[in-house]
Amino acid sequence: MITIRKYFFPETIEEAYETLMEKKSNALIGGGAYLKLGSKAMGTAVDLSKVGLDYIREEESAFEIGAMTTFSTVMLHEGLNKHFDNLFQRAIEDIVGMQLKNMVTIGATIYSRYGFSDFLTALLVTNTKVKLFNAGWISLNAFLENGPEKRDILEKIRIEKTNGLYRFQDLRGSSSDYSIINLALSKEKDAYRIAVGARPGRAKLAVKTMDFLQEREVTAENMEKAGAILSEEVVFGTNGRGSKEYRKAMAKVLLKKALQEVSIHEN
Amino acid sequence: MKINLTINGKEKEIEIAPDDYLSEVLRREGLLGVKKGCDTESCGLCTVHLDDVAVLSCGTLAAKAHGKAITTIEGVEKKAEKIRYELGKRGVDQCGYCAPGTIMSILYLEKVVKDPTEEDINRYLKGNFCRCSGYVGQLEAIKSYLEGQKHEVCE
Repeated sequence: MITIRKYFFPETIEEAYETLMEKKSNALIGGGAYLKLGSKAMGTAVDLSKVGLDYIREEESAFEIGAMTTFSTVMLHEGLNKHFDNLFQRAIEDIVGMQLKNMVTIGATIYSRYGFSDFLTALLVTNTKVKLFNAGWISLNAFLENGPEKRDILEKIRIEKTNGLYRFQDLRGSSSDYSIINLALSKEKDAYRIAVGARPGRAKLAVKTMDFLQEREVTAENMEKAGAILSEEVVFGTNGRGSKEYRKAMAKVLLKKALQEVSIHEN
Repeated sequence: MKINLTINGKEKEIEIAPDDYLSEVLRREGLLGVKKGCDTESCGLCTVHLDDVAVLSCGTLAAKAHGKAITTIEGVEKKAEKIRYELGKRGVDQCGYCAPGTIMSILYLEKVVKDPTEEDINRYLKGNFCRCSGYVGQLEAIKSYLEGQKHEVCE
């Protein structure tokens, strides 16, 4: 259950930051989704809706996405879909329904570092940085690993345009349910990036698996070996959606499917 | 706190608590077509349009509606009746509890997608659960409604 004493719509990010820092109990509101699933007593709720952070800007070498941009906007963005092989569409598509995707913002998802997120797993296999209002730019991977040093506001993200192949795989109990386990993979020249999410911990890069696959051919034997490395290096856990053992076994399958898709595309 | 908003075309000033959710506020206003279901942003029963965008009112803080326009099932009576007829014709409006949310999602689809395909229908209706009838009949009803609307526009 959440309680809020006062609700405030700042018009600039400076005003939002100032209000946020006034009291420890003050908190940011993005899209507001998932709030009621937690428990929090807020002093002032600082709603970022009117700060002007709802945009996707395509530049020559990158996409910049404002923190208040919703999942539905990202999912349906032609430029993102074209450049990243529908990676984000594929990762967002099965998240509950369109109504929720119209509410969930990328900023709140990244800042909260949700373990169940499909979007974070997909984003991790791209070259992405996040811009915090106070702390400045930081790589997405470092942000997900360590979180912010101090309370801050996530202003936007920047995804570099790289020439690669991108794939997303997930396992769900049913369409629109949350992932039991998910995996994203990108391949640029001979370098792979592989991320595993809903472990059920937050998405993480599988560095040893990435190193193993570097410059190796995708053969049945190498896929088997890569799967074995992945299942050993990634930490899996048990929750209501699936057991540690099940996730471990299924992560191998998702990796194999992603590698096969990339291999078929290349050949 | 007070919020100013438009509900189904009528301007209103409403007193709310800062942590009130939109579904509760709308039901307090007598709009009982906004159904309570899961209350955890999953089932789609409470779907309304907030500035023409479909949202789950059980997960939307009412304060977010300040300065905006809300449309509920009560504000789209004529179109709702046509959809209800199509659902009824196929026997897929059994208990009817999910119908308001489903209809609001169909109308959102109609608004934002030109000539929706079956894939579009599935994509936009994925967040609306029905526990009586399954979804094949619903899909047929939606297709028939959308087809009918095309002819209506042509006429």
